[in-house]
Amino acid sequence: MNINHIAKLARLGLGEDEKSKLESELSEILDFVEQLKEVETENIEPTAHATGMENVVRPDEARRTAEDERQEILGNAPQREDNFIKVKSVLQ
Amino acid sequence: MDLASLTIAQIHEGLKNKNFSATELTEAFLSKIKERDGEIHAYLNVMEESAKKQAREVDKKIAAGEEIGILEGAPCAIKDNILIRGEKCTSGSKILEHYVAPYDAEVIKKLKEKGVVFLGKTNLDEFAMGSSTENSAFGPTRNPHDLKRVPGGSSGGSAAAVAANECAFALGSDTGGSIRQPASFCGVVGLKPTYGAVSRYGLMAMASSLDQIGPLAKNVEDCKMVFEAINGRDPKDSTSSDGNFRNSNPSQADEIRKLRIGLPKEYFAQGLDPKVEKLVKNAVQKLAAQGAKVEEISLPHTKYALPCYYIIMPSEVSANLARYDGIKYGYSAISDKRLAISDLMDVYLKSRQNGFGAEPRRRIMLGTYALSAGYYDAYYLKAQKVRTEIINDFKKAFEKVDVIITPTAPTPAFKIGEKVSDPLRMYLADIYTISVNLAGLPAISVPCGKSENLPVGLQIIGKHFSEDLIFEAASAIES
Repeated sequence: MNINHIAKLARLGLGEDEKSKLESELSEILDFVEQLKEVETENIEPTAHATGMENVVRPDEARRTAEDERQEILGNAPQREDNFIKVKSVLQ
Repeated sequence: MDLASLTIAQIHEGLKNKNFSATELTEAFLSKIKERDGEIHAYLNVMEESAKKQAREVDKKIAAGEEIGILEGAPCAIKDNILIRGEKCTSGSKILEHYVAPYDAEVIKKLKEKGVVFLGKTNLDEFAMGSSTENSAFGPTRNPHDLKRVPGGSSGGSAAAVAANECAFALGSDTGGSIRQPASFCGVVGLKPTYGAVSRYGLMAMASSLDQIGPLAKNVEDCKMVFEAINGRDPKDSTSSDGNFRNSNPSQADEIRKLRIGLPKEYFAQGLDPKVEKLVKNAVQKLAAQGAKVEEISLPHTKYALPCYYIIMPSEVSANLARYDGIKYGYSAISDKRLAISDLMDVYLKSRQNGFGAEPRRRIMLGTYALSAGYYDAYYLKAQKVRTEIINDFKKAFEKVDVIITPTAPTPAFKIGEKVSDPLRMYLADIYTISVNLAGLPAISVPCGKSENLPVGLQIIGKHFSEDLIFEAASAIES
């Protein structure tokens, strides 16, 4: 496993010590899940929903959030400007 | 009389007959929390003022001669991954240490409509990931029966609060055993409802094909009352459904006489503490003595449940926890004065590095790997196929039996620190509960005795939406 590649995909910063520790823990878990290969699954459908529910949809209508609720949501943002969440620039 | 030890039914009678007021009752629980929670640490946040206010509302109704509902005035505790508007909701994580919930979870909305009193939010393994509550960023919870031991997890705070009479009932969430295993360790009743029976709107998602909210209570009757108050379809959770809960009108004695019980041989095998096995089998004998038919059954794919779970769960975790990015809410590296942040990528990397604890990181990495290009078929797809086989095992078994009884956990509560350094050993604590989540079935853990002085629970598993039947069987074991 390329731990740096996976950490980047996961957008997860890792310390150097942690990388080697994670590498050994994850390979132990992956060895453990290897047993799944013993199960013959060629003609088995993968599970999509445990109780067999299918395609639940609602009308495609926008719903308004109450103003006080909107402010509470925005209030949790680390940085904001007016009613926008502020984000560090993507391009330098 | 110790008001804090009352069941919901007793509370209701007491309030109705004006033996005590809702305020006195809430005060009794609050002083119990003050007295005991210093050493147990079941609560992360005690909502003293709002609880007293809610109790006063109930008292006003009673004084005005209005009728009160069965849960009205009953003081409860809520796992801290379920949102209560205006209150902090941390999920046991540093990344959400200061997060304030902007809305009520559907279960909270329902309980508010019933006039329940909310005492506070309970401790949990970070993002509900763990089996001991030791993974909380805010310190472990201790088992009220033995303070050197864990209460189980991840709903360890909720189970400990019920066991220590620090609340009348509690809500937890269960992804692989997180209600049932702590219920077993703490000697209380805990239900993992059928997948979809209870709305998860406002529950912090961990593994969405497995997560379910459920009640923890002092006895089966209370557990059932809370379940009835929170279940049902919610348009805001498209996986929720009304279910066709079978209304059991016949008397309990009739139900038990007709009951066919299956004991899966794979669950009574190596790794099971002999004392736990004996207690479970004694309880089953009790039902047999009342006329229930007991037979050995086989769930042949049982040994693959844990490896299957350890692909599906982390995969879903890695997707669900992507939302904690340091942008919208929670801890952000950008407001951390100790850090120099260069660009947006840096915000993501450092917010998540500093915000998440070891177990979420482990699972995010594992899940990201399992879902990454070239590995999807070998891991996630394979696991979902094995999952189908696990579901088929249960389908076949339920052609022959009405309920399946197993131990809830292989051992009673273990010592704090005992398994914390070995993730794989910790995962084995959920070996009897995980299949139930994979198959979306309802299951209850009910106390069946003590080993030394530690409680032991057994698990009753039913068909989808057969909660009523497992409540019947559970009360027969309880009585």
